[in-house]
Amino acid sequence: MDFISEHPVLVVSLIKIAVLLFIVMTALAYLTWFERKVVARIQSRWGPYYVGAHGLLQPLADGLKFLFKEDLTPPASDRFVYTLAPFLALSLALTTLALIPFGPPTLQVFGQPVFVVANSNIGLLFLFAITSMGVYGVALAGWSSNSKYPLLGGLRSSAQMVSYEVALTLSVVGVLLLAGSFSFNGIIAGVPGGSLGQTGYWLHFIPKWNVFPQIVGFLCYITAAVAETNRIPFDLPEAETELVAGFHTEYSSFKFAMFFMAEYANMITVSCLATILFFGGWLSPFPNSWTWQLYLPGAGLVALGLYCLYDTVKEMRGIARLQFAVVTLLCLGGGAICLIPRVMPIAQGPFWFLAKVGLFIFFYVWVRGTLPRFRYDQLMSFGWKLLLPVSLANLVGTALVILLVKRG
Amino acid sequence: MNLPLILFFFCGGLAVLGAILLIVAREPIHSALSLILVMVSLAILYLLLGAEFIAAVQIIVYAGAVMVLFVFVIMLLNAGVEQRTNWSKMAKYAGMPLGIFLLLEITRWIWRSTAGPQAANGAGAVPAAFSTHDLAMALFRQYLFPFEATSILILIAILGALVLAKRSE
Amino acid sequence: MVPISYYLVLSGVLFGLGVIAFIFKRNIITIFMAIELMLNAVNLAFVAFARAWNQLDGLVFVFFVIVVAAAEAAVGLAIVIVISQNRRSLNVEDVNLLKF
Repeated sequence: MDFISEHPVLVVSLIKIAVLLFIVMTALAYLTWFERKVVARIQSRWGPYYVGAHGLLQPLADGLKFLFKEDLTPPASDRFVYTLAPFLALSLALTTLALIPFGPPTLQVFGQPVFVVANSNIGLLFLFAITSMGVYGVALAGWSSNSKYPLLGGLRSSAQMVSYEVALTLSVVGVLLLAGSFSFNGIIAGVPGGSLGQTGYWLHFIPKWNVFPQIVGFLCYITAAVAETNRIPFDLPEAETELVAGFHTEYSSFKFAMFFMAEYANMITVSCLATILFFGGWLSPFPNSWTWQLYLPGAGLVALGLYCLYDTVKEMRGIARLQFAVVTLLCLGGGAICLIPRVMPIAQGPFWFLAKVGLFIFFYVWVRGTLPRFRYDQLMSFGWKLLLPVSLANLVGTALVILLVKRG
Repeated sequence: MNLPLILFFFCGGLAVLGAILLIVAREPIHSALSLILVMVSLAILYLLLGAEFIAAVQIIVYAGAVMVLFVFVIMLLNAGVEQRTNWSKMAKYAGMPLGIFLLLEITRWIWRSTAGPQAANGAGAVPAAFSTHDLAMALFRQYLFPFEATSILILIAILGALVLAKRSE
Repeated sequence: MVPISYYLVLSGVLFGLGVIAFIFKRNIITIFMAIELMLNAVNLAFVAFARAWNQLDGLVFVFFVIVVAAAEAAVGLAIVIVISQNRRSLNVEDVNLLKF
């Protein structure tokens, strides 16, 4: 007890890390479910349906499968590097999530903001630093498997990641010029030293988010982000028809699960970054004076709970009914909590943030289900010959406009 | 035993461990990994010294690009196990002791010249971190010419690397 | 607070270890990595002095050292690739055509 009272900051940080880790791991698992369902619907089929009501226990089944599969190590591989690569990939992917603010920094416990684990004033720079180390997971995995397809897939994948990383970083510098700060709260505030409250509006209804002045930067960022996380249409290095499974061919069981989770965690990180940089983060698009928006999180959850209740009563049978009743109770309980007057303003920030991130993740999955993949030379020439010059032009244009507006 | 001191010894220990592993590793890929460990611990030390931007640049450029280049080249050239030959008598009996002696001498002279009352830096308040804004001002005003010269140097290096590594037709 | 002399001693130790690695290793790429280690040790000394005298110039110099080291690594590794193709080995003792 003495330890807790003497080092409150450390204990609060540890609790925040534990909570964040728990939430992120659950989100990763259910992101696989979400992706399979959405891609299936795009392809006119159902997706996971039998394992639990509406396939909701499918991630659990997948997780158990990964745990119980045989863990092979290729005989001639470099054992230390072979084991290191998935750990490196997953730990780097999860570390980036510590920097992201999920809500306003005004809510504080012991002087530490609640909604962000590591409140740094160069958050963006460190996020890029950690993302740039992610190349090692892929490259070392390909090399240490001591086999043709992983080596080729690993080299291609890391070359792709390194190329698109440059375009990714450059497309964000326009936002940095506008915001004048590296910290996420500074970027959300929009102008150097701006306040974190009301955003202000152009033409009275367009919120002052960075996506509107920086539309070119936003498009470059989204393209580079999809390429950086090795998703379709840029996933040639891990495509089944081309390279068996690319750099993670020789991995099985839990190590493969770690690569899998690292890819989804990267996807979540990049979506969070897109909302913070371009869409105003946890700020709501409506003015603060519209107090009805305080009821939105609670109302949304209660509506979802009522729909699940309808499903439970009318359509489910047997054990699926029981599972869906649990889901209904969770939704209604969450909605009830969000409607407590004390909790309502606190729930606003995370609600808007998660809604925007959810939209981006849906976009990711939508693109995955819709587009074919690039050939490798098309991919590389697109990155270097189109995306990089466009990002540079965006940067120069933004700098010129800022200079002229400030001068005149 | 405050937190900065513990962190310094931890990261300094990691850096020295990485450097020793660089020397004793048999495969170049393990040497590369230990060098990455050295660079990351140095980045944490830069953070301790308040140079935030330099720490980030160290990880982005050095650990995240230069070392990736090294790892790529090791993979491409399939650099295998280093040949273990017996060291000549000169290396064994004169070389290694002289090398360790150099290390100890450097350490001793640095310690003698900098430790002491004049170098014990601010036992009181922790000075503020260097801001990126000031660094950018210095870089683009005072040091503009070296900045532009370095960018031309990088261009020359890219061209040189392209020409050297191109397969002759 | 950590006295600056600690950082300088660490920098000296890393530099010495880099020299030892440079002299005793035979793989060209590992020798290159020893050079990078020495450059990193010098960077640490620069940043430590920038903190000791509260001046930014040390950091600007570190910036340039990092950039020049990156350029040097690029060209050097290209040379290493060509040497390995010509001499069919990565052992630095096999690059001996100009030996007396």
